[in-house]
Amino acid sequence: MTTANIGAPLARREGPLKVTGAAAYAAEYPQDDVAYGWVVTSPVPHGRLRSVIADPADTVLAVLWHGNAPRIAEAGDPELAVLQSDRISYRGQPVALVVAGTLEEARRAAQTVQLDIEVLPHDAVLRPDHPDLYTPQQVNPAFPATTSAGDVEAALSDSEVSVDVVYETPALHNNPMEPHATIARWDGDSLTVHDSNQHPSGIAATLAEAFSVERVRVITEHVGGGFGSKGTARPNAVLAAMAARVVERPVKIALPRQQMFSIVGHRTPTIQRIRLGATTDGVLTAIDHQATSQTSRLLEFAEQTAVSTRHMYAAPNRHTTHRLLRLDMPTPRWMRAPGEAPGMFALECAMDELAEKLGMDPIELRIRNEPDAEPESGTPFTSRHYVDCLRRGAQRFGWEGRDPRPRRRREGDWWIGTGVAGATYPTMAQPSTARVRKRDDGRFEVSIGAADIGTGARTILTQIAADALSTDASAIDIRIGDSSLPKASVAGGSSGSASWGWAVTGACRELLASGGDEAVFDTTDLIQQQETDGRHAFGAHFAEVRVDAVTGEVRVSRMLGMFAAGRILNPRTARSQFLGGMIMGMGMALHEEGVLDPAFGEWVNHDLAEYHIPAHADVEHLEADWLDEHDDQINPMGSKGIGEIGIVGSPAAIVNAVWHATGIRVRDLPVRLDKLLPDLLE
Amino acid sequence: MKTFEYRAATGLADGLEPGAVFLGGGTNLVDLMKLGVATPDVLVDVNRLAPELGFGAISDRPDGGLRIGAGVRNSDLAADPRVRERYPVLSSALLAGASGQLRNMATTGGNLLQRTRCRYFMDASKPCNKHTPGSGCPARDGDHRNLAILGASESCVATHPSDMAVALVALDAVVNTSGPAGERSIPVADLHRLPGEQPDRDTVLDHGELITSVDLPALDVAANSFYRKARDRASYAFAVGSVAAALRVEDGVVRDVRLAWGAVAHKPWRARIAEDRLLGAPAGRASFLAAADAELARAEGLRDNAYKIGLMRNLTAWVLEHLS
Repeated sequence: MTTANIGAPLARREGPLKVTGAAAYAAEYPQDDVAYGWVVTSPVPHGRLRSVIADPADTVLAVLWHGNAPRIAEAGDPELAVLQSDRISYRGQPVALVVAGTLEEARRAAQTVQLDIEVLPHDAVLRPDHPDLYTPQQVNPAFPATTSAGDVEAALSDSEVSVDVVYETPALHNNPMEPHATIARWDGDSLTVHDSNQHPSGIAATLAEAFSVERVRVITEHVGGGFGSKGTARPNAVLAAMAARVVERPVKIALPRQQMFSIVGHRTPTIQRIRLGATTDGVLTAIDHQATSQTSRLLEFAEQTAVSTRHMYAAPNRHTTHRLLRLDMPTPRWMRAPGEAPGMFALECAMDELAEKLGMDPIELRIRNEPDAEPESGTPFTSRHYVDCLRRGAQRFGWEGRDPRPRRRREGDWWIGTGVAGATYPTMAQPSTARVRKRDDGRFEVSIGAADIGTGARTILTQIAADALSTDASAIDIRIGDSSLPKASVAGGSSGSASWGWAVTGACRELLASGGDEAVFDTTDLIQQQETDGRHAFGAHFAEVRVDAVTGEVRVSRMLGMFAAGRILNPRTARSQFLGGMIMGMGMALHEEGVLDPAFGEWVNHDLAEYHIPAHADVEHLEADWLDEHDDQINPMGSKGIGEIGIVGSPAAIVNAVWHATGIRVRDLPVRLDKLLPDLLE
Repeated sequence: MKTFEYRAATGLADGLEPGAVFLGGGTNLVDLMKLGVATPDVLVDVNRLAPELGFGAISDRPDGGLRIGAGVRNSDLAADPRVRERYPVLSSALLAGASGQLRNMATTGGNLLQRTRCRYFMDASKPCNKHTPGSGCPARDGDHRNLAILGASESCVATHPSDMAVALVALDAVVNTSGPAGERSIPVADLHRLPGEQPDRDTVLDHGELITSVDLPALDVAANSFYRKARDRASYAFAVGSVAAALRVEDGVVRDVRLAWGAVAHKPWRARIAEDRLLGAPAGRASFLAAADAELARAEGLRDNAYKIGLMRNLTAWVLEHLS
């Protein structure tokens, strides 16, 4: 493959449309005679809905609930069986839908609707000694819940140095800039949906199944982020389609921010016990990672919190396990690096604690435990440049000469410290199909039903196609974001560019080889032949923080992420992805927390004024860079996914830096001033 | 959102009927209406009250003080050169609040009357004695990390969220109002109520009583003043604790001091006990800490907000040292 375009910092093709407001998002497609839906959510976490009575004073087209809603087929996800049962499984669950001619009427009627509910007792608190904890069959997406090798208990009791710590992370909430939104329209038995999602063909298949129809088209031209929460059809899509059928008009539903905290899926809280055993030389003899998380009564979602620990460091005695608890709470789902983000936070902080105990530089400790193949499977890595990331990053960050002792550096009111942590994310690809057509004017039309959720997918696919066709990027027209195009995989798991780019490359090569005007390429067989182990991207995060000695306020002065993630297809969009992940990691370390009130079974800070994410002022000096990694085994582009690795490890680097600044180990996120101040008071 | 009537105020006597409320910048009221927490029948928009009333102007007063029209935007007030020079504590408090966009909309009168951010108050589906008297206070046993440590009652532990009001209290500012009973002037320190048995009433204002302006007295000590706010992120976050102070030190002795605290009580908290301790005391960290401790002797921490006691102690000493 020529590489004139791949690797070039091509600007986003749709950039001008976005900055001028011309790009249409799901709720922005004008429709004749559109009606508005407003979701009524349950005010209790557990109960039975007896009836729904609308105020006759309200002007509505329909008030749908399980007593009158059309029946739909089971579509593989109990969350999508909306208005099908009287059972209430969590506070904030959709229990009715008001449809009206204006948004104001719908919202007003939703506020006045009377819900008659039989309230049942509820349980909302994850705790490590809960009697109902169980070990799931597997964890997301299909890993074994437990793995073990050697004898961890014996190795720990024999170890010269050990760490035994519990780390906790709170519920974190998906809040893409564009909330979940759908417009649904029926033409006879044919359904057309404008929907904000990460997988148009998947959403189309789900809706076709739910409504038992064949013709469903999902249009997803521009998407304002998703983080995993838009990876599958959400209740808003089903409700809009259902309502449009009932009122025989197009129906639009855009979820308000407050409803995002219960309906669209969040990151589960976790409680993680990590035990490490080592020799005084810093060679790990045992690693134990026990993760506890929650799911809903409706659906089992088991976050794979301890899975990345399975391939991160060498040690002969190993154990990882997951336990799960069903609560009367919303269903956790995917959120940027599910599993890796909370799991690596705990592992990489525990490694820092071990380095402290050993009196060893934390980078040196990591280098000493570098495996030469996957420690559990024995599969060789296709490429692994973790140590290079640590070394190169350390050099660039200015790690040398660091005084490892905590609470040594003070400038004015600020305690200053630095921290490091490792990052990893699996390199995946999913089956996809692409089509390329050569047009009479010499231009090429490349079609694939992918979704660009803001990552630059449209641009990167243009570059990939241009190189595969040995032409200029300006000669390529990309069509994506429509389920009527060749079927593409989900924009998730950091696998979009690899999956779609592979199909696009295949189609372009076939076009050239055939000399014809059209070629279609399906990667299913190629991907099924691939080994799944041994494929990962790696990175190292460095953070400098300052902690105010007067207030305990934490600020991140500098962050550097150094990555080895295969060939970087577009440095401009890649940098943006890395930085976005790192900022989200900062939010995870210092700001984000769903604050649970157990009495109500709800996170009480459900808006963006009260659920804090980093504001501009929190982001001071941020750098992302990468090694020139070549890996020909993974796909024709040699690329690894980069969407999620930025949030993996960055929280631990910050928390480790807070310890270095203050001598205080905070083991429950987020690190906020109330957790630091009592120990800072002089 | 409940259906409501909107009209522009035609004069100060407008908006007296039951169910009517005044609309300033709308940065708080409109949010509460969307949430179903505020359900007025009539919105009386006071933004365009006749310019001759001085509603949108900042003017010099004969005594050397300033009169701030109630409709003056927070961003304009913060940027006014007279405010920056004579009352820096007010400018720094305003700039510590909200975001640039919100400051461009928010008004002086509206900011004083903004309501608590207590998460139970902000949710119409939950009990709260402030929005439904007698329904209870789930915050006492629930989420109260950012709630009151001073002046709270069994029925309410909410805090007043304004930064600006804390500075105004420190500056001995006075609000001028116009209402059914005529005009009156109320020190800002007396404008807000402690919750007691009736937490649903935030202020001493009567229904239909409109804040028309705020007077800042001429105050020499105010030229040496500052506001510091501790918060959970670097911008766009409500205070977890804040201090407004003005200080005059002569020959190493405190000769004049004004001290007010934010985010610790149902109202901006004028720390008069601390002030009394400080007057005549040597200006130094020991005096400052002792004064803060004296004021905090009455503080009562709940399960998750007791950290505020140490925070206020530290912050107070820091601000006073900064001004020394």
